[in-house]
Amino acid sequence: MDRRNFLKSSLSVGALAASGGLAAPAIAQGAAKTLKFVPQANLANFDPIWGTQYVVRNASVLVWDTLYGVDSKLEPQRQMVEGEEVSSDGLTWTFKLRSGLKFHDGEPVLAKDVVASLKRWCPRDPMGQMIKAIEKELVAVDDKTVKWVLSKPFPKMKFALGKNNTPIAFIMPERIAKTDPFKQITEYVGSGPMKFAQKEWVPGAKAVFEKFADYQPRSETADWLAGGKVILLDRIEWVIMPDPATASAALQGGEVDWWETPIPDLIPILKRNRNIKVDIADPLGNVGSFRLNHMHPPFNNVKARRAVQMALNQEDYMRAVVGSDDSLWQLLPSFFTPGTPYYTDVGGDILKGPRNLEAAKKLLAESGYSGQPVTCLVAQDQAPLKAMGEVTADLLKKLGMTVDFVATDWGTVGQRRASKSPPGQGGWGMFHTWHAGADCATPAAYNALRGNGDSAWFGWPNSPNTEKEITSWFEAKNAEEEKAAMGRINKAAMDDVIYIPTGFYKGFQAWRSNVSGVVGGPIPFFWNVKKA
Amino acid sequence: MLGFIARRIVATIPVMGIVALFVFSLLYIAPGDPAVVIAGDQATPQDVERIRVSLGLDRPFLERFGEWSWRILHGDLGTSMFTGMPVTQLIGQRLEPTLSLMVLTLILSIVVAVPIGVLAAWKAGSWIDRGVMGFAVFGFSVPVFVVGYVLAYVFALELEWFPVQGYTPLSEGLWLWFENLVLPAIALGCVYIALIARITRASMLEVLQQDYIRTARAKGLGQRPILFLHALKNAAVPIVTVIGIGMALLIGGAVVTESVFAIPGLGRLTIDAILRRDYPVIQGIVLLFSFVYVLVNLIVDLVYTLLDPRIRY
Repeated sequence: MDRRNFLKSSLSVGALAASGGLAAPAIAQGAAKTLKFVPQANLANFDPIWGTQYVVRNASVLVWDTLYGVDSKLEPQRQMVEGEEVSSDGLTWTFKLRSGLKFHDGEPVLAKDVVASLKRWCPRDPMGQMIKAIEKELVAVDDKTVKWVLSKPFPKMKFALGKNNTPIAFIMPERIAKTDPFKQITEYVGSGPMKFAQKEWVPGAKAVFEKFADYQPRSETADWLAGGKVILLDRIEWVIMPDPATASAALQGGEVDWWETPIPDLIPILKRNRNIKVDIADPLGNVGSFRLNHMHPPFNNVKARRAVQMALNQEDYMRAVVGSDDSLWQLLPSFFTPGTPYYTDVGGDILKGPRNLEAAKKLLAESGYSGQPVTCLVAQDQAPLKAMGEVTADLLKKLGMTVDFVATDWGTVGQRRASKSPPGQGGWGMFHTWHAGADCATPAAYNALRGNGDSAWFGWPNSPNTEKEITSWFEAKNAEEEKAAMGRINKAAMDDVIYIPTGFYKGFQAWRSNVSGVVGGPIPFFWNVKKA
Repeated sequence: MLGFIARRIVATIPVMGIVALFVFSLLYIAPGDPAVVIAGDQATPQDVERIRVSLGLDRPFLERFGEWSWRILHGDLGTSMFTGMPVTQLIGQRLEPTLSLMVLTLILSIVVAVPIGVLAAWKAGSWIDRGVMGFAVFGFSVPVFVVGYVLAYVFALELEWFPVQGYTPLSEGLWLWFENLVLPAIALGCVYIALIARITRASMLEVLQQDYIRTARAKGLGQRPILFLHALKNAAVPIVTVIGIGMALLIGGAVVTESVFAIPGLGRLTIDAILRRDYPVIQGIVLLFSFVYVLVNLIVDLVYTLLDPRIRY
């Protein structure tokens, strides 16, 4: 018994008399297999198709299941699907569901649920949109069989249906999946390993998940979203803590069991505590991004973009973002995630080696830059972005550029970056963001790498070469072709400076030592996690 | 008196109307877009636009304001853009923790501040007076979050007397409720104690110079009845005023305190809503806080009549 419990027991005699002994259930509840988890952000909504924030996805993998799921090698493996058949021309996919799958309301999972779910997912997902564009028919053949007929082969089908990038192709009951994909669902019934306790949900404070007794895990060993999702806990409580110091203290005090995203400043304190384990949260880490506006001067000129690319020192950015721990970051002469099977740095030489400020200045002068201000949108409420923004302001000044430093919040950056107006009229010149490494492993779900002009991600780069090579990746028939295509994509995107990677960095996660089974990954995986 | 109360309540209506217009306009012109937050970082501009349309954010200002006002008049504060829950339900979920924190802070502040203010006035110029005033300067100067962190470190992490964070409803046990609120109430109360103690001292000093106090002393009345029966009652009007005005401090402080101690109250709901640009929630909370503030001022005005029979409305 710790001092607080002793004090509680001693002092609560009178209080118990007054409250009718209501303290007892809370103590008993603590003894149940309840894991308290501090997520990266508030679970403000719970529709993984309508709202595609990572925190929503992370909660959703507990409640909703998928036809396929990627493993730690990013290979899609069967999950709800028992098997699939692809016609010899690659145009017809037939999926057979596993037996015994049930939704949390007790209803069986049927093919019509899958069809409705995929129809809702397609318009919201880049790969889904590609499939939709070549779809001839998506139908339930019988209760267990779904047929998807295409007009053109789509070799990445299994990956699309099993990827971990938002939005994931979750399977919902038909009545829920029929909701407009741009409107939020109000009922949270899935067939995943845990049920969502909607009545206990206090957005901004708490979300509760309870073990689904009828869940049928696969027999294979769990590996990220693949394999048997065996739940060894009765209940998982997500406790929202916006303040890192509070989360750190709560973890040290044993009030919570697992903290998803401790900030680098607090890691030394946590590492000194023998009751706490600290490890890399996600081996796929994050890619820092210097996003330029390709529509307006000065960065509508590729020479100006290359001047910044040439002068940018990734080490400055990474030290500003993650501090002095060199194990947490690495230089990244690529748009893709290091350590993944198809990683390539072909064409990334401009980001390697010593920086050449004088050559960069010369290139900037050749671009015709005449001193117009570069509007830098810098979100002050996101620590990595604030840090990167300060390094950028310094870099641009050293290059001789005029900096219009707009210190604001992420919500405002989010709105203003959508403006295509010139920087002086509500538009912008550059902003920083980051991309989850899991999203950057291949071009599959990598919106930020697209170079399709007006339809591209913010900054609207127009790079026909990059687009051509992305198409060739999607059409690749084997791993070698994919790898070669990725090299060409990297080179084309570097040449046209779609954006500038500011480095690759990882973060930590921390948990109490009585918790076991925590694995690193882009999502906190709760299956096989035990609490002693 | 009843006429006065009725008039004040009626006067609340235009005040709330002006607040509503002000809040709605401010949010309309403020930068930020909830659709961007909902859509996520990977969304295309087209996705964001479709969400904006589905939320009705593309409609003209007057149309949106008119619809919102009409709903308010029918007691409907709208629905959160993010959670899909009615704003009244969200506020209802968060009301108890904030009310608990504010009531406990208020009680703690009055119980501590008034006696030390009286003591400081009685012992004016002594080390006690200087000590109380030194504490008041400290209370004003040190931000709530710093006091909060220090308290959490000492009493929760080191001594393990209280939990670091969270809130337990009163229905789950008085002690569980109390232990979660002790540290936040002290942290939030510091500035309030400082304010009330200073005003109490100043007001008491003035009253203690009055002839009737000298008369009371001359006729042999003890210090305690002089201080607490005769002087304090006459010094109470400014103290009550500052307690009322200080409610704004308390509301503002609750926002910070709830974040530091992870209390799921209205303060955190406000911050979350602002960061996400959840307009209906922001509007609902600001209206609620404005109403509470107007109500507290009405109560303060009524308390004047109890303290000073010369005041009549």
